[in-house]
Amino acid sequence: MIEIKNLHKSYKMGSNTLHVLKGINFNVEAGELVAIMGSSGSGKSTLLNILGMLDVLDEGSYTLDGVPIINLNETKAAQYRNKFLGFVFQSFNLINYKNAMENVALPLYYQGVGRKERQEKALKYLEQVGLKEWAGHLPSELSGGQKQRVAIARALAAEPKVLMADEPTGALDSKTSYEVMDLIQKINDAGNTILVVTHEPDIAAMCKRIVHLKDGVIVEDKKVDQVRASEYVQ
Amino acid sequence: MRFIFDSNTWQEIFGSIGKNKTRTIITVIGVLWGIFIYIALAGAAKGLDNGFERAFESTAMNSMFVWAQSTSMPYEGFKTGRPLQLKLKDVNTLKNRIPEIQYIAPRNAKGVFGGAPATVVRGQKTGTSPVYGDYPIYTKIATKKIFDGGRFINDADIDQARKVVVIGERTQKEIFEIGENPIGEFIKVDNIYFQIVGVHKFIPGGGFESETDMYIPYTTYKKLYNTGDNVDWLTIAAYDDADVIQAEKDVKNVLKSIHRVNPDDERAFGAFNLGEIFKRITGFAKGLTFLSLIVGIATILAGVISIGNILLISVKERTKELGVRRALGATPSEVRNQIILESVFLTIVAGILGIILGAMVLRLIDYLTQGTDFPYTNPTLPIPYVLGALAIMVILGTLIGLIPAQRAVSIKPIDALREE
Repeated sequence: MIEIKNLHKSYKMGSNTLHVLKGINFNVEAGELVAIMGSSGSGKSTLLNILGMLDVLDEGSYTLDGVPIINLNETKAAQYRNKFLGFVFQSFNLINYKNAMENVALPLYYQGVGRKERQEKALKYLEQVGLKEWAGHLPSELSGGQKQRVAIARALAAEPKVLMADEPTGALDSKTSYEVMDLIQKINDAGNTILVVTHEPDIAAMCKRIVHLKDGVIVEDKKVDQVRASEYVQ
Repeated sequence: MRFIFDSNTWQEIFGSIGKNKTRTIITVIGVLWGIFIYIALAGAAKGLDNGFERAFESTAMNSMFVWAQSTSMPYEGFKTGRPLQLKLKDVNTLKNRIPEIQYIAPRNAKGVFGGAPATVVRGQKTGTSPVYGDYPIYTKIATKKIFDGGRFINDADIDQARKVVVIGERTQKEIFEIGENPIGEFIKVDNIYFQIVGVHKFIPGGGFESETDMYIPYTTYKKLYNTGDNVDWLTIAAYDDADVIQAEKDVKNVLKSIHRVNPDDERAFGAFNLGEIFKRITGFAKGLTFLSLIVGIATILAGVISIGNILLISVKERTKELGVRRALGATPSEVRNQIILESVFLTIVAGILGIILGAMVLRLIDYLTQGTDFPYTNPTLPIPYVLGALAIMVILGTLIGLIPAQRAVSIKPIDALREE
């Protein structure tokens, strides 16, 4: 699904350059649930941004579902993001003046889906995350866990090839975190490929594979026995 | 273009404008005020223009009055201070020597500038009225509205020095009963019986005329008051394309040569040049229209700039939202178009509201000035001006929307998302 070869990325900070990613080789198969771990500054978010086409690589190659991701202009990148990727952010990033259903329907709007179909699909995905009765509520009327579930529904709505979650539980307490991870595991069980960036070992342990980044290189890449989040959820 | 007519686009736009009501309202007020000022000012200027035109509608725009005074310079053996008298034969001389003259009408009057007004008697009823000795051609210069069934003086009246009279509507009220037809009736004017041939409608327009004025043939007047070939003043209309100021000079020069007056004598003949005054007034009205156009457009511009300004702030405020939208697959052009459309849409809504409000205020002023002397009539704004203003607003709204739109797409989605 994802193939990365010899990926380099550096940022210019005034006169000196900061070499963030120093040659990453990394493959993800369809249906995997991968945790990308590392301390802050290890380059894990940069990696996710490049994978998410929010940032461009300096060197190396990136192939997503057989499509080489190279020389993208903003328009092309936007189309690929819309078609291939679903994003879940640490700070939820829901649009505060749109209700839950409208938020979930937004990626479908950019796919050019008609209003009726958009709403039906949005309701379907809200139901999947257990928030159907909250469809008409604004984000400000939802709890943190509910917001993140709406965000996950929104990421799923476009039926992406890969779901990318950047610290999805970073702003949540542990109980809610487990509920969200439980949801992510269920989505993965349904066959979706998911990347989770986290620095919490217990969250990482709920994935099927853990990739450790340190100072811009992969120091460890191992498959793990998945801890089911449902065990922690009453 | 498909983008503009897509209902989904509009749902997005209504969503984002509708959810920021205060900001939207403040934005709209800026442009609304601009177009309101434009409509109100331009309409008021037009109303004044129409009002002036109405005040002068009964008299030819390029006409003048010329009368004789007395010399202020000695000339050809005549001493200074010699009184001058216009004569009937001056009319033909002027007409022949000055090609700019279209119509020239000699007039005599009693009870206007001097002399006692004529007494009017019918049965037991009496009154006094100024009386004019006129030629039919006078109506070519100053329209006289005659009520149904009547007529003005005609050529036969002049030839036969008929004792016929055109009376004013007020005189009719004073000496006739309501419903009585005055045409064909006889009245006594200064002890001579005259037959009434018409009643004229008085049109207020400034000047010395009144609603009791009586018109009799010039030839009858001269017999009645023993004025010979004397003429009190000449009413002259120049051709539409003629220079009335030059015509006035020519008329005076010809008169000076006829009456053997020093060509440099400025005080021998007096003149009141309506054309010149009218030119000044219309010039003033035109200037006012032009000024209101400039002020209006400048205010619209200020309003549109405020829209741009507020949208710029709004884009800054919505950086994160726009970042999310782009992460979800909005292309830069979709983001840009949305913001431009928001700008144009707000401008048009504000513009239409401003036009409606402006029209209401114009209507109100029109209503308040009805029946007053204030020269203000029918304050309308030509449709092309309104459409032009709207077009300017759409164009400016698009251009000004480009700035925040460009700003919105210049932020990379990753930076937008990172912003807290």
